[in-house]
Amino acid sequence: MTNRFWRGLALLLVIPGLMFAASCAKKPVVSEPAVTPAVEEEAEAKRLAAEEEARAAERALEEQRLREQARERREREEMAERERFLNENIRFEFDRSRLLAEAKKILRRKARWLRAHPDVSVVVEGHCDERGTNEYNMALGDRRARSAKSFLVDMGIARGRLTTISYGEEKPLDPRHNEEAWAKNRRAHFVID
Amino acid sequence: MLFVTLVACSNRPCHGRVYIDINAPYLRKIPTAIPIFKGMSAGQSHAKLGRMLSGLLAETVEFTGFFKILDRESFLENPQRAGFMQHTINFKNWTDVGAELLIKGGFQCKGDVLEVELRLFDTFSGRLIVGRRYTGRLKDHRRIIYRFCDEVILRLTGHRGIFSTQIAFLSTTTGTKEIYIAGFDGYNPRRFTNTGTITLFPAWSSDGKWLAYTDYRHGKPELFVRHIKEKRGTVVSLEGSSITPAWVPGRFALAASLSYEGNPAIYLLTGNGKITKKLTRHWGIDVAPTWSPDGREFAFVSNRSGSPQIFIKNIEDGNIRRLTYEGNYNTSPQWSPRGNHVAYVGWKNSHLDIYLIGIHANSPIQLTRDAGNNESPTWSPDGTLIAFSSTREGPSRVYVMNANGTDQRRLLLLEGEQTNPSWSPRLTSD
Repeated sequence: MTNRFWRGLALLLVIPGLMFAASCAKKPVVSEPAVTPAVEEEAEAKRLAAEEEARAAERALEEQRLREQARERREREEMAERERFLNENIRFEFDRSRLLAEAKKILRRKARWLRAHPDVSVVVEGHCDERGTNEYNMALGDRRARSAKSFLVDMGIARGRLTTISYGEEKPLDPRHNEEAWAKNRRAHFVID
Repeated sequence: MLFVTLVACSNRPCHGRVYIDINAPYLRKIPTAIPIFKGMSAGQSHAKLGRMLSGLLAETVEFTGFFKILDRESFLENPQRAGFMQHTINFKNWTDVGAELLIKGGFQCKGDVLEVELRLFDTFSGRLIVGRRYTGRLKDHRRIIYRFCDEVILRLTGHRGIFSTQIAFLSTTTGTKEIYIAGFDGYNPRRFTNTGTITLFPAWSSDGKWLAYTDYRHGKPELFVRHIKEKRGTVVSLEGSSITPAWVPGRFALAASLSYEGNPAIYLLTGNGKITKKLTRHWGIDVAPTWSPDGREFAFVSNRSGSPQIFIKNIEDGNIRRLTYEGNYNTSPQWSPRGNHVAYVGWKNSHLDIYLIGIHANSPIQLTRDAGNNESPTWSPDGTLIAFSSTREGPSRVYVMNANGTDQRRLLLLEGEQTNPSWSPRLTSD
């Protein structure tokens, strides 16, 4: 009975010692001043948590950076689409207001953009080249703007979002007096209201 | 104030003979002598004034296209010594230099007060056709000369002249298109609008008190009706384009092309801008109305047959007939004040030119050619002259010609470009 007690006591003291030695063996600082195991564990957990936190923050930062990058890209794309919407004129034949195939293609793109931006209202400007008389060109510009508007309305854009205005031959895009300039000037131009 | 006195026999009906038939398509210009006016009081400055007044009178009567003003160098007598009373004139001196008409003048100037006596003679019969004495301020000398020219034209043609008329037009002098108004002879152009934007299509009401026009001051082409002298008027605020106003003769009403319902069509409006009637109905463009002098018909431009052509609509029976068939671009019709012709702009060989077509006959006469682009014809109220814009000298400017296309000359010189002339009716002065 006494023997068993002493053996047990010895074991009780040795095993944790061994365990302690074993757990400390991997660490570079073996000869730490005596601390109680419970306190050490807590510090370790804190450190790990801090590390994890730092990693998470880094991850979040990276994610945000990516998100921002994507947003910027989207914004750039959006800007480019908007610019395209504004800058891409549709052209007309001389003395005509009917829509050519190319013009319809451009208008379909514009309709897509307008559908994606339901809060945007647009002014469609009709223009003519300098040839012909200014009063007839005013009426012709009116018809050109309206042809473009009708097409967009047929594509499902609310009529109320589109107003038309004719400038006749009063605002040429290209001031020269040749075929190239005239072709550029016979146009419908789109402006965000 | 201008005081006018009849001179000698001229209250007798001595204008039985019509010297000038303004309806004739081609006129022989009457050789006319206008010697320098005689100063009744001596002085160097008076000699200058005499030259200025007689020069102005010569220019003014010559503007009508009815007269050939003879060179003073050929005259046989010294105007300062010769008399200008009928019995003191040696008419042979004038028939010998080829003059058929003679205008003599005398004047005196006391301080600011100018007194001018002017007499028109038939040199062959030695008869006084008309004589007038005017008293006014020196600065009113132009009005005195214009008044006498009015008398001369009335006596010689039996019709009222154009010397009280003005011409409105567009100019880009300030950088934007604004309406300007000058005398019929281009004298004293002054700016009428200050919109700072695009202004177009000035049109005079038939009493000469109102101008209708289109401007973009509210961002779109709207119709404005503005009093010439008082600061009042109306804006017709509609969707689309409200353009090319044309006043109904003798009424405070106008036709204009409006597109608020969709297609540009011709509507009738009151002078206060209320739409009273739709005058044309078609899927195409209807624009640029112009009234016959009796207001029963109007001509307009329509592309209903595929290209812009001129049509005439009768208001009473509603019939529409096509007027122009030659070429595939005929626009800007202007019905002549005497009713028998329409002037318009046609496009041939890549140039715009002014044409004249009888309202029944269908073979047009070309009035301008080989001189840039010629646009916007507008008739003088007596129907003898046409003002128009032309790029013959590069930038667009306003020109005038006789109704048969002769004597094309520039009306005035201003910075920028001038377009869209519009001739006023006779304006009552005083």
